[in-house]
Amino acid sequence: MKQPVIMIDGNEATASVAHRSNEVIAIYPITPSSAMGEFSDEWSAKGKTNIWGTSPLVVEMQSEGGAAGAVHGALQAGALTTTFTASQGLLLMIPNMYKIAGELTSTVFHVAARSIAAHALSIYGDHQDVMAVRQTGWALLSSGSVQEAQDFAAISQAATLKSRVPFLHFFDGFRTSHEVAKIYKLTDEELRLMLDDDLVRAHRARGLSPEAPVLRGTAQNPDVYFQMREAVNPYYVATPAIAQEMMDKFAKVTGRHYNLFDYSGHPEAERVVIIMGSGGEVAEETVKFLAQQGEKVGALRVRLYRPFSVEHFLKGLPKSVKSVAVLDRTKEPGATGEPLYMDVVSALVEGGRPEIKAIGGRYGLSSKEFTPAMVKSVLDELSKPEPKVHFTVGIHDDVTNTSLEVDPSFSLKSDGMVSCVFFGLGSDGTVGANKNSIKIIGEETENFAQGYFYYDSKKSGTVTMSHLRFGPNMIHAPYLIENNQADFVACHQYTFLERVDMLKYAKEGGIFLLNSLYGPDEVWENLQKEVQQDIIKKKLKFFVINGYDVAEKTGMGGRMNTIMQTAFFAISGILPKEQAIEQIKHAIEKTYGKRGEAVVKKNFEAVDATVANIYEVKVPAEVTSTATRRLPVPSEAPDFVKNVLGQIIDSNGDNIPVSAFPVDGTFPTGTTQWEKRNLSLEIPVWNEDICIQCGKCVMVCPHAVIRHKVYEETALAGAPETFKHVKSKFKEFSEGYAYTLQVAPEDCTGCTLCVEVCPVKDKTAVGRKAINMEAQPPLREAEAKNWDFFMNIPDLDRKLVNPSTIKNSQLLRPLFEFSGACAGCGETPYVKLVSQLFGDRAVIANATGCSSIYGGNLPTTPWAQDANGRGPAWSNSLFEDNAEFGLGMRLTIDKQTEYARELLKSFEQTVSTELVDAILNADQSDEAGIQAQRERVVELKAKLEKSSDTRAKDLISIADTLVKRSVWIMGGDGWAYDIGYGGLDHVLASGRNVNVLVLDTEVYSNTGGQSSKATPRAAVAKFAMSGKGMPKKDLGLIAMSYGYVYVARIAMGANDQQTLKALLEAESYDGPSLVIAYSHCIAHGFDMAKGLEQQKLAVQSGHWPMYRYDPRLALHGQNPLVIESKAPSIPISQYAYNETRYKMLTQMNEERAEELMKEAQQDAKARWTLYQQMASMHYGNGSEEK
Amino acid sequence: MTDLSTTYLGLKLKNPLVASASPLTRKLESAKKLEEAGISAVVMYSLFEEQIIHESLELDHYLSRGTESFAEALTYLPDGGMYGVSPEKYLNHLGELKKSLSIPVIGSLNGVSKGGWTSYAKKMQEAGADALELNLYYLVTDPDMKSEEIENAQVELVAEVKSAISIPLAVKLSPFITSIPNFAKRIVEAGADGLVLFNRFYQPDFDLEQLSVVHSLELSTPSEMRLPLRWISILYGKVQTDYALTTGVHTANDVLKAMMAGAKVAMMTSNLLENGSKSVPAILENLQAWMQEKEYESIEQMQGSMSQKNVGEPAAFERANYMKVLDSWRELP
Repeated sequence: MKQPVIMIDGNEATASVAHRSNEVIAIYPITPSSAMGEFSDEWSAKGKTNIWGTSPLVVEMQSEGGAAGAVHGALQAGALTTTFTASQGLLLMIPNMYKIAGELTSTVFHVAARSIAAHALSIYGDHQDVMAVRQTGWALLSSGSVQEAQDFAAISQAATLKSRVPFLHFFDGFRTSHEVAKIYKLTDEELRLMLDDDLVRAHRARGLSPEAPVLRGTAQNPDVYFQMREAVNPYYVATPAIAQEMMDKFAKVTGRHYNLFDYSGHPEAERVVIIMGSGGEVAEETVKFLAQQGEKVGALRVRLYRPFSVEHFLKGLPKSVKSVAVLDRTKEPGATGEPLYMDVVSALVEGGRPEIKAIGGRYGLSSKEFTPAMVKSVLDELSKPEPKVHFTVGIHDDVTNTSLEVDPSFSLKSDGMVSCVFFGLGSDGTVGANKNSIKIIGEETENFAQGYFYYDSKKSGTVTMSHLRFGPNMIHAPYLIENNQADFVACHQYTFLERVDMLKYAKEGGIFLLNSLYGPDEVWENLQKEVQQDIIKKKLKFFVINGYDVAEKTGMGGRMNTIMQTAFFAISGILPKEQAIEQIKHAIEKTYGKRGEAVVKKNFEAVDATVANIYEVKVPAEVTSTATRRLPVPSEAPDFVKNVLGQIIDSNGDNIPVSAFPVDGTFPTGTTQWEKRNLSLEIPVWNEDICIQCGKCVMVCPHAVIRHKVYEETALAGAPETFKHVKSKFKEFSEGYAYTLQVAPEDCTGCTLCVEVCPVKDKTAVGRKAINMEAQPPLREAEAKNWDFFMNIPDLDRKLVNPSTIKNSQLLRPLFEFSGACAGCGETPYVKLVSQLFGDRAVIANATGCSSIYGGNLPTTPWAQDANGRGPAWSNSLFEDNAEFGLGMRLTIDKQTEYARELLKSFEQTVSTELVDAILNADQSDEAGIQAQRERVVELKAKLEKSSDTRAKDLISIADTLVKRSVWIMGGDGWAYDIGYGGLDHVLASGRNVNVLVLDTEVYSNTGGQSSKATPRAAVAKFAMSGKGMPKKDLGLIAMSYGYVYVARIAMGANDQQTLKALLEAESYDGPSLVIAYSHCIAHGFDMAKGLEQQKLAVQSGHWPMYRYDPRLALHGQNPLVIESKAPSIPISQYAYNETRYKMLTQMNEERAEELMKEAQQDAKARWTLYQQMASMHYGNGSEEK
Repeated sequence: MTDLSTTYLGLKLKNPLVASASPLTRKLESAKKLEEAGISAVVMYSLFEEQIIHESLELDHYLSRGTESFAEALTYLPDGGMYGVSPEKYLNHLGELKKSLSIPVIGSLNGVSKGGWTSYAKKMQEAGADALELNLYYLVTDPDMKSEEIENAQVELVAEVKSAISIPLAVKLSPFITSIPNFAKRIVEAGADGLVLFNRFYQPDFDLEQLSVVHSLELSTPSEMRLPLRWISILYGKVQTDYALTTGVHTANDVLKAMMAGAKVAMMTSNLLENGSKSVPAILENLQAWMQEKEYESIEQMQGSMSQKNVGEPAAFERANYMKVLDSWRELP
């Protein structure tokens, strides 16, 4: 019988087995493993059952620690239980993993292995996380491909049931978890044959039951703990054989045979690479290729890493081997070698093969490419008389010179394999289309196929790359398509040509498809010189299609997916045109059919309109263009920006040597200003004649691209011709002052929030405002000059600006600018406002999440500096510890301030009593006071400078803390409500002066919309697919219960003045403050341009009551709670049903939607009533300040 | 006992009071209450093809937006499986109404595409609709579009729909047509079994504070009934078809007037939206009482009795009459 094949990615393939072979699944989302939990939840929600006929219970926990605890409990109670995780998530599970192993409990955790946050976070793949649990007593089984991920999921489940040793099944994050490949499907019947029901029942029987009570988890003493720790030994001794037994059984069931250590290559190999994970695929293919050419080389792939079986290891290694290179995808600083290397070395010694020379190297950290050329380079190293015993491969280490030279021209030849690279914009649907294309090729032809997708780290204007391979043989190439290897290169966005070198991928005689604004006769003259050169030199066949035009005519908007997919099939000839079109339409129906006929129809029309619009371009023999590709950053950028960040922007980060980088993860701030992304075809244009200079547009701009300044008219000297200015309408700065509202044309994302918020309407045409969107291209050059001129106009002295009004506060320079957040982001206006109000003296602890990604992801980062070089000092620790992290910063500042004050007193004689008194008693409650203190500290340092007293040097080193610092702890609701809640609670309870800003999007935004405890009732989210049935947690109310925490709930769109006031008050309060900010989000599924309007509706409906709770009021006998929104005046549904997260439930399950909406309405009413009662309580009973 | 029954689109109805298309038919419960209160037939809320298309495209837009762009969040909302953005939801509901009610259920359709009109009409018939009401709402804003083109297209559309179904077909007209009698005649010739006069358009308003255009539902007032009353009176006997009067029907007197103008049924919405089904029994009782008092034997007896052709003073419905009304207006002392 022909084996069924499917196109699937590693996460889905693994989750499919896990879901079919478990009863309870407790998870917490973390990239790149989140999809496994999401699939499981979706399948259970749709009633899909496991192989025993019941749907597993899927529960989302508050953290991985919580998930591990729930898994441990479920296992103790006897259920087949699993979880999925990665990286820090796995680290949070370690305590429970020890317990689970210590209790010999059968379970499998599936891990999409990922880097650990060290000098920086990385979401990409390596083995640092799994290596951090190798000591817990778990078996570690490594799969290296999508096929293996599926197969090993089943093998590990079977093995754990028999061995009682828990298994951690891992595969490479992204490379395997996200690769779409054609694999042989493991059927239910096959899985059924793998799992022994008696062993399942034995597992169940070990569960806690009051019918047969036992006790586990005792406390033991020196007399017996040790012995019992040893009592498990027989199980570990038996496990490798059991794992092999299950692999053999699997081979009988499916025909696919694996071993604990799988060898390939020359039978009499002398040089062997030893490796785990997807790198093993590369090594295997490379040694097979080299062995065919007579080289005595081989590769040993480690499948079962723990328990490490020396016996099986040695059996796998040919007798002829003279030297081995052990490759670890991890780093253990300070160790004598990485873990696999160390295990191999001791296995060779213990196993009686000490004559084999072993060297060890690191490769592929954070999904760094690992290619056949690198394998060859490692094998070549083994041939050297004095090979590097410890090395790296894949980077250029010019500091400790660990790296091996790699020959970039070496690659494997694969008969009949076709390689294609596509460049798209995140929003144009390129990746989705390519996933469909590769599925069509994989499922509708005899070809094997592989798709891998690469995204940059911005959330708006993302450039995506799709790497597709297909051919007659199974594909073992877990690396990107290399330079000069692509048969087909497609550029789905014309503007990419000016900044991305994509034709480097094209092979000679390949095809280049361009989505072009220009037709076949005009396009050549509009190409850059480099592009023309490559097309001619590589003899490319060049096709154009005006996909923009087809999209507009067929209602596809900015979506190029269907159009470019059709063009790909039409040109490439993979399938006969008619068949291809039929398959594309079939895929469209499958993908979009459930969203309604109109969507299918629209896409069908796009398919039909595409074919007639593809043209081959007659390529001239000569390069004619003088235009060149743009520099990644302007030439006037600082060296570090040019040489490091600019290289990263230019997709050249892989070639930056180690020496170019900071050693400790420290980066300069203010670097987004150099990365001009030029994203929007429309930008706001100021209508100075009707502008009232209110500053609202400046305040709401999520990317700080609209700014206003009041300045002395003399500053206008030398202004560009088109630079706009009018007389200032600020009463404090009127006579002699000019005013300008300026837009940064190349940084604007075109979100239009500014236009939406503008309160001015042109009296002659009310649709026109004081700021309106206009086409960017004709304005770009002039406005860029105007922006530069504007930025060089000095900012007003902060002490002259009273920040308590919107317009004045917006005169303060944003120190958070041009982030990579989504266009129209609802979080960044708050973040930016904090940076304006307190940025020059702020220290910021940022929880992992959206704000840490748009705030700290390379290449460029948005936290900036003022003209004096001051600005927010920012750091991200983890997801779960941010409140504590920020508290730590506060403690240091408090301690150093205290110490400085102590020291200061002892220098009264040296620096003068007046100065000491002035510093110690300074009033720093406003900007003038802070500036005066800064000047005093400068004076103090100057006076102490020449002192040789070590205490004076100490004082100088900490004197800056005498200027009031503002500690901000920021993060999303996933952090504050869930994973970090315990810490947040403790920090608020501490009474310390920290300011917590919760950017509440009511969902885990950064990882793709999983439900949090902030998710409101009736909203749909991942893990709340049928609408969240419980109400939103009231974090503010909990914090208010302390009585000494300043709490505010704000929504800028509903009341910007209240937002401003709350932030100013929170910061001024000498104690803990919690500000919860309504942040509209792309995950809500609505028009982000209407974000502010939606915030207003949230408040009007009572979903988001606004208030300030200021404990200082209670000291004066006043009620600390001031409610600042009116009684709900519209139904919740009027707010909610503007958003897909609510509306989709009405489309999926109308009855439940109605029921939940009714309850949500009651929630709002109850909340309002409670707040009203609290706000009307009498506080005058003797609690007044005496 | 007076006979309240009437025949509309070939459907024998126990009385002439029909519930017009409104949200009250969205719920089985409220539709049942209408039946229990004495309503003789219901016109379902309208199936707007444009709305279905819009909802479908909107759902697709927001489910697709931002996906496959950022490595950590390849989607932002879960894939919920099937979504009720197709006509299926409407059709299922129609089927359920048919199962629960014993009175006739008339489907109501507002299409935008040719294919949409006919396919949805067929589907409604398949779902069990006793008759179909076409809602020819189309707002022209293009100055180059001629009335003739629009009228021709609409006549053609009615013919197409009629040929696609076997159940009776009523067409709901707009009052903003230069020659209503001619257009009505053409529509009937094209196959309509009845005409519903008139479609009542919700007009936008201006908010002078916000300088914005606002939309709010204003329920009809009894005086609005005069427009369809006049036109049914004029058309009755000239264009042979079943007439339904809708807009402004609030009381038994309004029903009587409708019948006398020539309508087979009077359709009520605003009153039902305002008061629910509870006002229906009283209307029917009053209808009965009036007829008894005036010694009418049946509704049929009075249908068309005050139409233009039967009123004895045809000019009462024409322009002269309008002038008379103006003349009758005097400034209050």
